[in-house]
Amino acid sequence: MDALSETGVTLRRAGADDAVAGVVPRWVALPETTADVAALMRACAAHDLAVVPTGEGTKLNWGNPPERCDLLVDTRRLALEGGAFVEHSPGDLVVRVSAGLAVNALASFPGFRQELALDNPLPAGTVGGTLATAVAGPRRFRYGTARDLLIGVTVVLADGTTARSGGRVVKNVAGYDLGKLFCGSYGTLGVITEAVFRLHPAPRERRWITVETPASPASERPATGEGDALPDTAASPSGLASPSGLAAPDAFTALDALAAEFAASQAEPSAVEVDWPGPGGGPTVAALVEGTAAEERARAVLALADGHGDARIGEAAPAWWNTLPGDDVLLEARVPPAGTGDAIRAVAVRGLSARVRGSAASGVLRVTLPHDVGHEAFAAFVSSMRDDLGRLGGGLTVLAAPYELARGVDRWGPVSALPLMRRVKERFDPDRRMSPGRFVGGI
Amino acid sequence: MSAKTLEEPVRRFQEFLGHGCVVTDPVRLRTYECDGLTHHRATPGVVVLPETAEQVAAVVRICAEHGVPFVARGAGTGLSGGALPRTDGVLIVTSKMRRIISIDLANRRAVVEPGVTNLAITEAVRDQGYYYAPDPSSQQVCSIGGNVAENSGGAHCLKYGFTVNHVRALEIVTPDGDIVELSENDPGYDLLGAFVGSEGTLGVTTKVTVRLTRAPQAVTTLLAAFDGTERGGRAVSAIIGGGILPAAIEMMDALAIEAAEAAVSCAYPEGAGAVLIVELDGPAPEVAHQFGEVTRICAENGAFELRTAAGAAERAAIWKGRKSAFAAVGRISPAYIVQDGVVPRTALPGVLADIDRLSREHGIRVANVFHAGDGNLHPLVLFDDGEPGAAERAELVSGRILDLCVEHGGSITGEHGVGVDKSRYMTKMFSDDDLDTMQLVRCAFDPLGLSNPGKVFPTPRLCGEVPGVRKGAHPLVESGQAEQF
Repeated sequence: MDALSETGVTLRRAGADDAVAGVVPRWVALPETTADVAALMRACAAHDLAVVPTGEGTKLNWGNPPERCDLLVDTRRLALEGGAFVEHSPGDLVVRVSAGLAVNALASFPGFRQELALDNPLPAGTVGGTLATAVAGPRRFRYGTARDLLIGVTVVLADGTTARSGGRVVKNVAGYDLGKLFCGSYGTLGVITEAVFRLHPAPRERRWITVETPASPASERPATGEGDALPDTAASPSGLASPSGLAAPDAFTALDALAAEFAASQAEPSAVEVDWPGPGGGPTVAALVEGTAAEERARAVLALADGHGDARIGEAAPAWWNTLPGDDVLLEARVPPAGTGDAIRAVAVRGLSARVRGSAASGVLRVTLPHDVGHEAFAAFVSSMRDDLGRLGGGLTVLAAPYELARGVDRWGPVSALPLMRRVKERFDPDRRMSPGRFVGGI
Repeated sequence: MSAKTLEEPVRRFQEFLGHGCVVTDPVRLRTYECDGLTHHRATPGVVVLPETAEQVAAVVRICAEHGVPFVARGAGTGLSGGALPRTDGVLIVTSKMRRIISIDLANRRAVVEPGVTNLAITEAVRDQGYYYAPDPSSQQVCSIGGNVAENSGGAHCLKYGFTVNHVRALEIVTPDGDIVELSENDPGYDLLGAFVGSEGTLGVTTKVTVRLTRAPQAVTTLLAAFDGTERGGRAVSAIIGGGILPAAIEMMDALAIEAAEAAVSCAYPEGAGAVLIVELDGPAPEVAHQFGEVTRICAENGAFELRTAAGAAERAAIWKGRKSAFAAVGRISPAYIVQDGVVPRTALPGVLADIDRLSREHGIRVANVFHAGDGNLHPLVLFDDGEPGAAERAELVSGRILDLCVEHGGSITGEHGVGVDKSRYMTKMFSDDDLDTMQLVRCAFDPLGLSNPGKVFPTPRLCGEVPGVRKGAHPLVESGQAEQF
C-alpha cells in the first residue's frame, strides 16, 4: 500500500462491491491522468501486484475470474492532458476522449449533427470498458464495432510504458494498429487511457421496421423436458449443417429468409436484429433505416416482409432494441449470418427457458439462460451448442455466468490462434500481472 | 549471407515445390528486383512460386530452420518498397495462388487465395449485385494478399473503410511455418486486425475471407470546377459539415489538371484552378437529396462549372483524369516522386499553402492530387533528373511535406504503407516507447525477425532485448547486418 500511496494517486481499500467476477481486490486506485496510471503500473511492477482495469464496472462479471487481483484501476476520473474529458474536432469528424468517459456521452454533440456510431447495450459503460470487451450493438452491421471506429489509442503497459498508436486522422497506415489488439483484450495487455474515434454524420431521421413472426412447432417442442441435462442427439436440430440442407421450414428458416432480404435491401438498413422470447414464442425481426428519406426507404424494406407476419413501421425502437437479453447468465453465439435461424433453433430444441437477441445481419447473438439452470445443464448446453454452432462455422462464448454455474466450463471455447495469442500476452505482460486468467485459454 | 548459404534451402524448396516453382536463373530473378517504388532495387536470392498454403508453410519452415529471411510479394504494385526483396533471402511470390475458392452470397463473403486481384473479386459477384468495396487505384492488377499486407484503401474508403474493415478471416503462415486461422468470429485477441496492414512483417497470407458489399441502388458522380484549391476546399468542408458522407471526394489542382489533360485529354472545364469530383452512392432517394445539397454547396462556394455523369460512360469520363493523374505527370516532368501523407481535413488549406511555399522556395513544382474527404494528400513532386541537384531538392521537398503532415497531427502514410521508403520517418510520428510496444507484437509473431525484415520499423531490435533504454550501438548495426537512419 505504501508503494502505491507514494504515487500520489487517490487510493481506497476495496470492498465486496469491487469484486471482479467474484474476486475482491485489495485496493482501488482512482488515477486522474495517463501519467498517474503509468506511476501506478510501475509501483505494481516493483511489488508484483496484479491489476485489473475497470470503468463503470458493467462488465466486471464477464470473463473468467482473475487468478489474483491486488489493485483495481478505476478510470472514471481519468482526464486528457489539460483536464478535459473530451476533445471534439467537428470539422474533422473526430473525437479524442478519456477512457473513463461514458461511451454514451459520445452519442451526440450539442450544436453538431455528429455521433459516434457505436451502439452500446450497456448504457453506463465507459469508453475503456467498451473497447476492452469489444461489445457492440445493432448498428455493427453498417458501422462495424469499436475496432472499426477507433483511430487512435493510448495505453499503459504492465511495466508502466505509455504507448500510442494510430493518431487523429481516419486514414493512416503507419505502424501496427495497437488499438485493434487492445479491442476485446479484457484488460490483459494493459490499461487503455485515451481513445480517438472517427465520427459519422448523425442521421436526421430513423425508422424501425418490426416484424413479429409466428411461432412454429419446432420452437415449442421441448427437447427432453425443461431443466434436464443434455438433450439426446435425436432432439438436436436435424441436418443442421448437413450438405442436404436445413431442417424442415419453420419460424427459424423463415427468419433467416426475412433477415437476408432486409440485409440485402438497397434501402440500406443500418441494422437487422432479432429477438426470440423463448420456447413458445415466435422471433421478432426488426430493421433500422436511418438518414435521408428514412420513411420512403422504410416502406421499401417493409414491402419485403410481406407474408412474414405482423409488420409495421415505427419512429421508436422496439423496447428490446440494443439491450442484452439478460445479465447473470449471458452467452454469445457467433455464426455466419445465414446461420442465425439455425443457431436460435439449436437453442430452442434444448428446451431450456432461454432468450436470444442480437444481430441477424451480422450473426452475433446473445443468449440468456435462467440463473437457476443448474451446473450440469449449463455445462451440457455450452458443450452441445458448441458442437452445433461449430457445424455452422460459428462458436459460443460465455460472457457472464456465476462461478458455481460455470465451474469447469471453458468460457471462451476453442480458438485456432491461441498459441499466437499466448505469445502476444507473454511479450506484453511477461509476469502475468494484467487481469491474469481472465481471458481465452486462461491468458 | 552468401549464395552458398541458400544452397541447401533451394535444394529443399525444389524438393517440396518442384523445379518449375523455384527460380534461380539470375535473369529471371532480376524481374523481381523492385515493386512499384522502382528506385529501391535488390535482386532476390531465390524466388519461389508456391501453389498451396502447405507449400508456403514448407518454404517458411525451411527459412526458419536456416535463418533465411523471406519476403512475400503479390503483384508487386506497392508504392513503399514493402515487397523489396532480400539479396540474401527468399521471395515468396503468390502469383500462382489465384483461385477464388468460394463465393457465399447468403453470408456476403468470398474466400480467395492471396494472388487473386482486387478487381477479380468484384467481377465474380457483380452480376449478382455485389462488389468488394476497397478499391485501390491499382485494383485491376494488385493482389488481395498485397491489399491485406498494406491495409489498402482507395478513393471510396472515405465512406466504406479500408481493407481491414472488409476482411473477415485470414489463413496465414506464421514466421514459424505454422498455418493458422485468424477470424473475426473467434474469441481472443484481434490478431486479424493487428495482422492486416503489418506489411508482411508478421507472416504470409495464404487465404482471405472478404466481406462482399451490396451494390448501391444509385450512384451519382459530379465534377465541379473552381478557380483554385482554396474554394474547392471550402466546398469540401461544407459538404462534410452538412452531414453528407459521399463515397468519394477527390480534388486535383491546376498542375495536376494540366498533366491529366496532356496525357488523356480528360476535357475538364477550361481555366479550372481546381476540380472536385464528388461521388454519391446509396439508396436512390438519399442520393437524390444529397445531390441537390452538394450542387448547392459547390455553387455557393464559387464553382463556375458543374457536370453530372448520367451513366457509367460519363462517370468513367469524369474519373479518367483523376485516375490517370499519377502516370500523367510524366507528360509534364521527366521525373517525379509520388508522396502519400495525411492531415486532418481542417488543416488542408494551411498545408496546401505551405506546400506551395516549399515549392517556390526550392524551385520544385508540386502537383496536388488528393482524397480531400479524408485529408489524404498525394503530392506529385516534379523534377528533372538530368539537372544536377534537382533530385535531392525534390527529395527534400517531399520529406518536408511529410513533416508538415506530422506537425498538423496527421500521418506519414494514408495508404501506401511505410515499407523501406518511410521507415526513417516513423520516429517523427511515434516515440521510442510507441515503437518498442509495436515491436512486442512483431516479436510475438516473429522472434527471429525473418519475415520481411527491414520494413516498417527504423531500428531493428532483437526480440530478447529489454525494451526501453538502448545502450551503445545496436548489435545488428555493429555486425553490419543493419543500419540506422
